Amino acid sequence: MSESLLVRAGARAAAHSLGTERSLTVAPLNSISRSFGACCPLAPALILLPVDPILEFRDVCKSFGPHRVLDGINLSIPRGSFFALLGPSGCGKTTTLRLTAGFETPCSGEIYLQGKSVEGRRPYERKVSTVFQNFALFPHLTVWQNVEFGLRHQGVADRDRRIREVLELVQLRGKEKHYPSRISGGEKQRAALARSLVLEPDVLLLDEPLSSLDPGLRKQVRNDIKALQRRVGIAFLMVTHDQEEALSLADQIAVMHEGRVQQIGTPREIYLKPQTRFVANFLGSVNWMNGVGVRPEATRISRGTTDAGERSAPATVAHSIFLGGVVQVHARLAGGETVVATIPRQEDSYQPGESVLVSWHPSEEITFPDHSV
Amino acid sequence: MRGLLKVYVAAAYLFLYLPLAVLAAFSFNDSRFTVWQGFSFRWYEAAFTNAQLTSGAVTSLLIAVTSTLFATVAGTLCAYALWKRNSRLVTTTLYLSLVTPEIVLGVALLAFYQLVLGRIGSSLGTLTVVLAHITFSLAYVVLVVLARLRTIDRSLEEAALDLGANEWQAFRRVTLPLLLPGVGAAALLAFTISFDDYVITSLVAGVDSETLPMVIYAMARRGIRPEVNAISAVIVTVLGTLILVSERWNRT
Amino acid sequence: MNGLRRLFLAPAAVILVLLYGIPLAIVAAYSVLRRGAYGGVDAALTPYNFARLADALYLTILARSFLLAAAATLLCLLLAFPLAWFISKAGPRKHLYLSLVVLPFWTSMLICMYSWMFLLRDTGLVNTILLSLGWISEPLPLLYNYGAVLVGLVYNYLPFMVLPIFAALERLDPNLLEASADLGAKPWTTLRRVVLPLCAPGVRAGAVLVFVPSLGDYLTPDLLGGGRTIMIGNLIQNQFTASRDYPFGAAVSLALMSVVMLLLWQLLKHDKDPLL
Repeated sequence: MSESLLVRAGARAAAHSLGTERSLTVAPLNSISRSFGACCPLAPALILLPVDPILEFRDVCKSFGPHRVLDGINLSIPRGSFFALLGPSGCGKTTTLRLTAGFETPCSGEIYLQGKSVEGRRPYERKVSTVFQNFALFPHLTVWQNVEFGLRHQGVADRDRRIREVLELVQLRGKEKHYPSRISGGEKQRAALARSLVLEPDVLLLDEPLSSLDPGLRKQVRNDIKALQRRVGIAFLMVTHDQEEALSLADQIAVMHEGRVQQIGTPREIYLKPQTRFVANFLGSVNWMNGVGVRPEATRISRGTTDAGERSAPATVAHSIFLGGVVQVHARLAGGETVVATIPRQEDSYQPGESVLVSWHPSEEITFPDHSV
Repeated sequence: MRGLLKVYVAAAYLFLYLPLAVLAAFSFNDSRFTVWQGFSFRWYEAAFTNAQLTSGAVTSLLIAVTSTLFATVAGTLCAYALWKRNSRLVTTTLYLSLVTPEIVLGVALLAFYQLVLGRIGSSLGTLTVVLAHITFSLAYVVLVVLARLRTIDRSLEEAALDLGANEWQAFRRVTLPLLLPGVGAAALLAFTISFDDYVITSLVAGVDSETLPMVIYAMARRGIRPEVNAISAVIVTVLGTLILVSERWNRT
Repeated sequence: MNGLRRLFLAPAAVILVLLYGIPLAIVAAYSVLRRGAYGGVDAALTPYNFARLADALYLTILARSFLLAAAATLLCLLLAFPLAWFISKAGPRKHLYLSLVVLPFWTSMLICMYSWMFLLRDTGLVNTILLSLGWISEPLPLLYNYGAVLVGLVYNYLPFMVLPIFAALERLDPNLLEASADLGAKPWTTLRRVVLPLCAPGVRAGAVLVFVPSLGDYLTPDLLGGGRTIMIGNLIQNQFTASRDYPFGAAVSLALMSVVMLLLWQLLKHDKDPLL
């Protein structure tokens, strides 16, 4: 496959074949583009690089004994993107990750890395690196030695410089000589990231990266990971069950359920235009009314005044829950269904038993045209 | 209740250590009778100059070192393989060898050796003892090493593979360093079992190789020899200290 | 990876087959063969060796060994439980205490037996002290009887009861004890209804690990019992040395091993990994 630049036509064709709407992938700043930019200062910093996907799953199936964990998985991870596999436990997302890394082999189907099949290649023969959920830092080696570990097998010349650079990148300078038992949870994760990134893998795999961290730490670490991915320009493939994590970090999300991919799209796409009921319910709450769904934040409560074009239904307030910035009002419709509306705290004035009007804009409705699940 | 427990525990430890303590105490007795007659090192002198005892000790040492080496290597590799994927057949056989009464194993090996050695024109000697010791030490080594392996996070080896090491390198660079205290403890255990063995050794040793336990047994059977007290005290102290240190190391 | 794994298992497998499996098979074979004229083995099948076991003399030995082993097991259980409890509650020093329990056995069983002889002989320490105090006029026959053998068995195999019970207690979730108290159970009730049932696997393992070696112990009845106590172990040893009746010795060994294997099978059925 030629490595020539600018394949706009190719990109559109690829997007077509997968049936998803995708804009042209623009490769962010990475070592290649940076060095190019360095010798040609007038060249634009952003270069359109080949947009064939860096990782592809084609009809991959995997069973453990009688238990079918993956049932025909098709994925196409674009170069340099932050891709998330989102789903509940048991949906097969971790298995997908392990298949990529090489710890498991598929029962059928193919996996392509950089266009070449990975069949028969052991984990140490793949240019893929994993950040484990519990970090898996070698306890008998210092941070520096941990980061150096993979480089030893590659016979790379200027190891020290690369290690120093990557430690600088993850902000772990000064901790090189520490042992994993002596550093904090956040630092352990950064060490694990450094260890994997120093090898410049084609794809970096992250297994539930935030779950081992203290809740108070997660937001900050989330931002750091996002920024890191942008800087290095390597494709990140992340596995998580937390939709907030996926929505905030990923460029694209594949929602998985019981071994199948239910939908692939940008965070906005899957949240606002879910293609199955499962996706709709997994990404957040939905008020289902007669086969039509409306999200709580799109549901308004009023005492009789609705905006033009809104649909409405009369309801009785059951109770409201104060959540700080917003208030959740639970109301019962005439037919007995309960709807939840999330309203700003300033509008909070509804009492239990009060008759109100629940309204929403038709554009906020979630419906499933061809197959409602 | 708590007080009663403490008293009981103290009594239990007394029960365990009184015989040995008395033995050690009387090794310094300046008399061969069980009446204290003053402090003396004479029995230590006698023990270390007794040709039988010293040659027996050397033989025991040689046998113990050799059998420990082989048993530890074979057992560690076996434990590693079992940790990766268990084999019910192997584990059951190991447990069986662990609970098999020494006398049964001893006579079985004797019968085996007599059948085989007669054919190849060899006879019982140090080699037959070493092989026997390796056999009964194996299960202990596997047990100790396996226990240590269970404390090691499996994802560490996966991480090593992920970073480019092959299976052998992952074992050598990640698992083995973490395993070392366990291997050390297992080796020490194999050494003490071998050094101390009487039943099996006496059956398969033949006439030329007399180990220290065999000498001690013969002396004990005939009566009390204070030299035995002395050498016993030395053995218990040295081995005991080694065991405590190794246990400490294995805790890290 | 499968190749590497087989390679790693190979040395142990060779040892187990060649130096454990085959010798035992030979013993099994001998047990049905006839004793040769000069103490060897004749290639003639016979059930005579097993028939001899039904002889009153040998049955007594077998029965006595069983009783002694059972008594030792029971005593070990009673003595070990409070000890294991104490150690598991002993905080940071618990592993030291545990090592100290195991130490006498691990250093040298022979020396331990010898030290008991030193204490219990007619001219041993206990008698010497009692005589000099005037409490007795003649030495007490503390040694060379079944009582001494029992003491020796308990002394030797106590660690094998302490270790599994300790392991079981360590695995016990302290929240369970708190919950039991919270629900109104007094300490003894908690012990009876929560602790003991949950420790059952450890007790089972300990019982087998004490009973089996006690049953087949040769050294303890030999040293502490002198020539006067004959257990299965002594019987077997005798056949392969003085009496030179390999087939009969093999038959007794086989009988012993079948008991061992039966108990081990029962143990492993309940608890896949009794010692870990």
